[in-house]
Amino acid sequence: MGRRTPLYDLHVEQGARMVDFGGWDMPVNYGSQIEEHHAVRRDAGIFDVSHMCVIDVRGPRVREFFSKLIANDVAKLTQSGKALYSCMLNESGGVIDDLIVYFLTESWFRVVVNAGTRDKDLAWMRGIAPQFGVELTERTDLAMLAVQGPNARARVAALLPAEHREAALALEVFFGRELGPWFVARTGYTGEDGFEIILPAGEAARVWRTLNEHGVKSAGLGARDTLRLEAAMNLYGNDMDENQNPLESGLAWTVSFENPARDFVGRRALESLKSAGLEKKFVALLLEDRGVLRGHQKVVTGSGEGEITSGTFSPTMEKSIALARVPRGTGATVQVDVRGKLLNARVVKAPFVRHGKILVS
Amino acid sequence: MSNIPADLKYTKSHEWVRTLANGNVEVGITDHAQGALGDLVFVEVPEAGKALKAGDSFAVVESVKAASDVYAPIGGAVVEGNTALGSQPELINSEPYGAGWIMRLKPGSAPSGLLSAAEYQAHLAAEG
Repeated sequence: MGRRTPLYDLHVEQGARMVDFGGWDMPVNYGSQIEEHHAVRRDAGIFDVSHMCVIDVRGPRVREFFSKLIANDVAKLTQSGKALYSCMLNESGGVIDDLIVYFLTESWFRVVVNAGTRDKDLAWMRGIAPQFGVELTERTDLAMLAVQGPNARARVAALLPAEHREAALALEVFFGRELGPWFVARTGYTGEDGFEIILPAGEAARVWRTLNEHGVKSAGLGARDTLRLEAAMNLYGNDMDENQNPLESGLAWTVSFENPARDFVGRRALESLKSAGLEKKFVALLLEDRGVLRGHQKVVTGSGEGEITSGTFSPTMEKSIALARVPRGTGATVQVDVRGKLLNARVVKAPFVRHGKILVS
Repeated sequence: MSNIPADLKYTKSHEWVRTLANGNVEVGITDHAQGALGDLVFVEVPEAGKALKAGDSFAVVESVKAASDVYAPIGGAVVEGNTALGSQPELINSEPYGAGWIMRLKPGSAPSGLLSAAEYQAHLAAEG
């Protein structure tokens, strides 16, 4: 038996197929993951993301703590509620985890990290915390729901007390805000608009059921994976890990070297890698032949071999798509070894799909 | 609890077998198998005339999650593959024992070693 979120009984009651995910018993689908995927792209779906770890970090030097801890720069967070997506690196420039950090006050930041890496992340952060005198509190009293899709925000706002409704709908992309006992953020992992709601664990099931009644479809990890891959969003453990650096994982945009005085953990290693010349690059692939691209398949290019890091069948495009790490000199087309056959794939510009629209021709 | 029609025979590898009036057999994968695979996106069915031995892989079913071989429960010659699955692989998910049939076969010998519905159910329970 794995760890269970406050929504476990609800998932089972709704007929979910449960699987182990990083030590947690989670729903992979409630019937058809393809239908759940389409519901998010066209309307609204709800995901249980309570297995992820919410950590409140407090202290007068909290901003300095994050300035050191993560590769992106919290100096970008000037307005309360603003969120930042970043990697947390080790001294070799390898990725310990990817995360989202929210600036709430000059003595309180909130960070959300992945479920499978929570223990490792907490230990790492606790190792650096004393230098800055900050206190870390793991918020195990909270659950987290992701409500995503073009109609998601409206459905959530309709449930809020009148005094919070306007504030919720006024939230800009990548901003969060406390609304009563809830923390609502306009963030997500699907490429659609929506909210992620952090709320007291005891309320989660009631809120989920109410949203179902208002037409929001229960959606599991299967749909979550096809949605995030269509949006070309990385999955820790697949697309990057401690042995990969962000620059060769499509995450250079999340690393800020701008402030020369900011000696974040891993900076020097990344600078050495850049001077030596990066050997790999991260690309988005569209399979031209019939089949499904999957993680670890070998990619054959004119410049040598690469590897698929994440692959799937895109329900929106009805084609197979993937992210891959390949030699720097790779051109516009590659072949992929799919169960012993070399199939043709094209390098395309990510993302594949955003806001319900296919962006790749 | 997956659906296991009493009037069919089964294999440990989750195929089902229906004997047709003309003595041919119809073969597909069970409700348990389609649920485990998830939404199917591609199905490769065999061509008419193909000779098969019991245990040969005669089709591949591919879902978002994984690709899986489908094995011949009996040897014989393929009479037809269900070509509707080319454009509608999801028929296997929605009607695994009906419109989701995968191939029809003229058996080369009498079927042997197939499980009854009760035996297949026990096999599923043991598999955990």
